[in-house]
Amino acid sequence: MSTFHLKISTPDGLKFDGEVERLRVRMIDGDVSLLAHHMDYVSAVGAGEAAIVTADGQTRYAACIGGMLAMIQNEANLIATTFEWADDIDLERAKRAKEAAEARIAAAKNDDKELLLAQAKLQRALVRIGVKH
Amino acid sequence: MAGASMKDIKLRIKSVESTMQITKAMELVASSKLRKAKERQERSRPYFTEMRNTLASIESSTRDFSSPYQKQRELKKRCLIMIAGDRGLAGGYNSNIIKAVTEKMQGGIPTCILPIGKRAVDFCTRKGIEIVTSEFAEAGSISIADCFAISNLVTQGYLSGQFDEVSIIYTQFVSMLTQTPKAESLLPLKAENGQKREDLRTLVLYEPSPEEVYDAIVPGYIAGMIYGAMCESVASEQGARRTAMDAASKNAAEMIEDLSLRYNRARQGAITQEITEIVAGAEH
Repeated sequence: MSTFHLKISTPDGLKFDGEVERLRVRMIDGDVSLLAHHMDYVSAVGAGEAAIVTADGQTRYAACIGGMLAMIQNEANLIATTFEWADDIDLERAKRAKEAAEARIAAAKNDDKELLLAQAKLQRALVRIGVKH
Repeated sequence: MAGASMKDIKLRIKSVESTMQITKAMELVASSKLRKAKERQERSRPYFTEMRNTLASIESSTRDFSSPYQKQRELKKRCLIMIAGDRGLAGGYNSNIIKAVTEKMQGGIPTCILPIGKRAVDFCTRKGIEIVTSEFAEAGSISIADCFAISNLVTQGYLSGQFDEVSIIYTQFVSMLTQTPKAESLLPLKAENGQKREDLRTLVLYEPSPEEVYDAIVPGYIAGMIYGAMCESVASEQGARRTAMDAASKNAAEMIEDLSLRYNRARQGAITQEITEIVAGAEH
């Protein structure tokens, strides 16, 4: 299969730079899978699992939250807020974060700001747990 | 004069010596923290440049583009993000920021502050200024995730009309010796008009729509600006501390020299006196 160049950058630095066959990411309006020679495409990344099939046929999974994806002239650029390979995810930490966030949501019934912060934390924890399984 | 004073001076020298050890250690710690802050900022740079470019190209390639983030509104309330340090002993770092914030708040427009860092929280509580959240009281431990949380808070607040302008006040790292407080406006976003880019991405598929993509990216972009300011402030704080501690170490060295001289004089004085006494005793 033909491949295309993919670069994944996050505020923590470059996470991936190489040839891939396929890229699947959860966008704000659902999952999108890109193959080589897709038309120029720009969209915003939602929160969910991302998967790439590298040139040697291996599939790698990751948690990918927020940011944007641009495919311009067969060069894909995934600018993710959070991008963590499944191997790098600390499941225990994510579970702890989930519990802490749930407790905060329960405690912050009338505080909109607090609720907003806690919900965002819960969502991130859930995505991480989901990818790890 | 001799005996007690000699002991006193010796004690002083010891205490100054131990202070100097601390200031020296703090200077070293500040240097290494400074380097780390600079590295973090470097690493995150490509991410935000790319985002800025995309925002600009959406603006320039879409006709009749409009976004709630760009609309100028009547300024009824202002939100300031204030970045200060957690600890003192950093020269004028904290007081300069406080000065800049006080200056910015003149003019009578109601202002609420989102303080980052313990000193900023203290300042707001002392002055009775409305605080958006004191969640981020520790500037040293602010992560990228926290910056996104802050960004979500201010963009939501901005969209829901809680405030009509968001600015950030931080300390710019000019050089090792110079750090200046700086205010930068975050929202509403300034349109990058007139800048027609060469590679007009006119045939790009924006999904679901250019406006939606734009609005979804903005919070991330704002978070990037906050993170950049954050890194710069941390670097500035460490720079200021380094300079302050360097000066303190030099002062301590000077004091030790001075005290040693006095100690030796006192010792000499004591010996001379003793000899005089012995000689006087022998003559009788």
